[in-house]
Amino acid sequence: MRFDPILAETRFGCGLSPLVAPPADGAALLAGLEAPDVMAARFPIERFATFLSRMRTRRDWQKILRDNRGSAMGEAARKEIRLLNKAARQDNLQWLAAHVLRRVYSPTPFRERLEGFWADHFTATGKAGLIRRATSPYIEEAIRPNLSGRFEDLLIAAVTHPLMVHYLDQQRSAGPGSARAQRRPGVFGLNENLAREILELHTLGVDGPYTQADVRQLAELMSGLTLHFNVGRQFRKDMAEPGAETVLGVSYGGGTPHLRDIEAVLRDLARHPATARHVARKLATHFVSDRPEPSLVAALEQAYRDSGGELRAVYAALLAHPAAWDRARPNVKQPFHFIASACRALVVPPEALLGQSERALRLRLADPLRLMGHVWQKPDGPDGLAEADSAWITPQGMAARLQWAVAMPRILLPDLPDPRDFVTTALGPDVPEAVRFAARAAESRADGIGMVLISPAFQRM
Amino acid sequence: MDRRAFLTRSAALGCSLAASPLVTPMSFAAAPGEGRLVVILLRGGMDGLATVMPHGDPGFAALRPAPDFETDLDLGGGYALAGALGGLAPLWQAGQLGVVHAVSTPYRDKRSHFDGQDLLEAGGGDPRRGLPRDGWLNRLVQSLPGATAQTAYAVGHDPLAILGGAAEVQRWAPESDLALSPQAIRLAGRVMQDDPAMAAALQAALRLADGDGDAVAVPGGEAAMMDAMMQDMTAARGGGHHARLAGFAADRLREEARIASFSLNGWDTHANQARGLNRALGVLAETITALRDGLGGPVWRHTAVVAVTEFGRTVRLNGSGGTDHGTGGAMLLAGGAIRGGRVVTDWPGLAEADLYDRRDLRPTRDLRAHLGWLIRGLYGIDRATIERVVFPGLEMGRDPGLLL
Repeated sequence: MRFDPILAETRFGCGLSPLVAPPADGAALLAGLEAPDVMAARFPIERFATFLSRMRTRRDWQKILRDNRGSAMGEAARKEIRLLNKAARQDNLQWLAAHVLRRVYSPTPFRERLEGFWADHFTATGKAGLIRRATSPYIEEAIRPNLSGRFEDLLIAAVTHPLMVHYLDQQRSAGPGSARAQRRPGVFGLNENLAREILELHTLGVDGPYTQADVRQLAELMSGLTLHFNVGRQFRKDMAEPGAETVLGVSYGGGTPHLRDIEAVLRDLARHPATARHVARKLATHFVSDRPEPSLVAALEQAYRDSGGELRAVYAALLAHPAAWDRARPNVKQPFHFIASACRALVVPPEALLGQSERALRLRLADPLRLMGHVWQKPDGPDGLAEADSAWITPQGMAARLQWAVAMPRILLPDLPDPRDFVTTALGPDVPEAVRFAARAAESRADGIGMVLISPAFQRM
Repeated sequence: MDRRAFLTRSAALGCSLAASPLVTPMSFAAAPGEGRLVVILLRGGMDGLATVMPHGDPGFAALRPAPDFETDLDLGGGYALAGALGGLAPLWQAGQLGVVHAVSTPYRDKRSHFDGQDLLEAGGGDPRRGLPRDGWLNRLVQSLPGATAQTAYAVGHDPLAILGGAAEVQRWAPESDLALSPQAIRLAGRVMQDDPAMAAALQAALRLADGDGDAVAVPGGEAAMMDAMMQDMTAARGGGHHARLAGFAADRLREEARIASFSLNGWDTHANQARGLNRALGVLAETITALRDGLGGPVWRHTAVVAVTEFGRTVRLNGSGGTDHGTGGAMLLAGGAIRGGRVVTDWPGLAEADLYDRRDLRPTRDLRAHLGWLIRGLYGIDRATIERVVFPGLEMGRDPGLLL
């Protein structure tokens, strides 16, 4: 089992494209991660810093509304707030379109897949109001620039990001001995949520060597990390628990509380062997198989430990391992990957998505994703999407994929390709006979394209 | 004509025919009795103390706001039901709503949603040493004499590991639907034929989508198919997700099904809990009401609905007006088969020394024991099977008398 360009594009890329040639070898795949990010430039997504200015504007209008209830001024403020909410909702769908189009046109699709993987590992979203639309800006700012550096930098960027701080209730967490909690007991106090998920989901894993005491100590150490509409990430000394905290037997802080103490514990957690194992297993599961070969996981873990968590080295180990090129294709594409790879094979034109109305984008992308089991940027919990294929191969999931595959390409593309040609475009030269037959026997082009897209050869990777 | 409105009517007609005792009595004789069990998983950790407030406990006032009897319902015995569940007051008065308090699964200490839910659905085991690979409701189906592939339904997009396992069960999200050309239906089966998992999912999808009132096959070419699909999508966009789950479950349970499960989210109330919790409780009340209305009197009489969660929450409010992950909590029971109107509990007390880990309500009984007695009563399954197969390692103890 060794490198295969078709498999490379399917398993580590965004599917075959008639526009972009598959990579020649593993080195080319990796080199793509260093190439200029042409997709971010072509299909831009707002950065979180810009999104914050929307939140500031809304806050200002809200103050005007509060002070002028019942007057014409108050009504004007109410209208402005409504418009701001609407604009964010609409822009959020445009960003969904941009995410898909990056996958359609990317010459370096491994980057897009890694972004999807890490954005899910560090699942975060807004819980109420405008910030519900801020997930893509968070990914653009915290995840995308950190895909192939050191894990600890990605970890720090993600878990101290204002959106994560908001999502996991860190925002109002104040150490019980902090000035703020002392001044207003019962209003400000400790919240363990982010600390727990860092240990359980982001670093060590739930089987990792930590206890409730570690959760509590980490939560106390992290108190003071909060967010502010003017600056984004903020550290407030008056919310930080005074004194040192001990996490996994190591003492942190003790002097004047500072964000540096939090970064120090995160760097140590990132370098912990349990984190290496957790990240290795999750990558192998996501990209190769729900039950990855132990030797594959071990190779990734080793590369992680040897390099001190250099993700580039871990990816290199993944692409170099024979199990990564197993032709059995046990994994099934998650819904977003399924839709985006279909759009890539069809070369859906940008204008079929970008600039389309809210209603059109819901119909074409967001609603079908939901029916396939993936509610876009509204996760059930901080553990994100299921890795188990059985979570996706369900009757309702399959119904939604089949319906999308048959109906939506015709809406997205003015001229559908001939299904007899499309089998090779989408699947490469190795087409199962049943799929070739279905593409030929379908009574309409739409049905024929649909049969190719719902074939196991297209859905598995 | 509005296709869906027409189909809803014809589906209702079909159901009333199927419910008639004159139609195919044999299929009902083969079913495993008349008892219906609906398990609602409350994901996120419901705060039992805010849902059923033990205001009679002298320690309660120092921990939580007192019940407001303008809105909250006095249950007697020192307990009050959150006003957001007020829609269930008539059920309580009719003795068809009950509470079990200070219970939990055997899960302790790490307080992870995911491990807690895994254990709740697996029905036992230790997350650190591996859980059973199947769900306890699936093992119940395996133990049920006369069970068929139509006996149990997992409803909604949630994977519902509680129903995963060797017994065949049905899975369907009521907002999914299909409209295809007859030729596409045949060809889809053909391209998937060599992939057992996908082929099985497709066949189940075609069967369920065909049986939900409107046929999958749309003759008349592409335009007709596109029209039908657009109507499906528009119908799926409306609100009331929970009502659709409950309505679909009720439809199935009126026919061959005896067991259904689905989940409701929104219980992880770390901050400003009054707001989030009231919303979640309101949804739960509407869901239970929709089940009762959908099942109708004769079937409701044989029904037990049970709402369970992975853990309770801390007894104290945290610094953000919410509660963190805890241990003991409450479960709710509803249905015509329930001996309700009571709070069943071996109350542990809320004094510092009574708490678990000095922070959580101490569970005084395994909630699986209550579930075990429920299924013993509903299906007549013997105790040994429950303690060894359905909930391995469970000691059922005395009968709490949850059923009439």
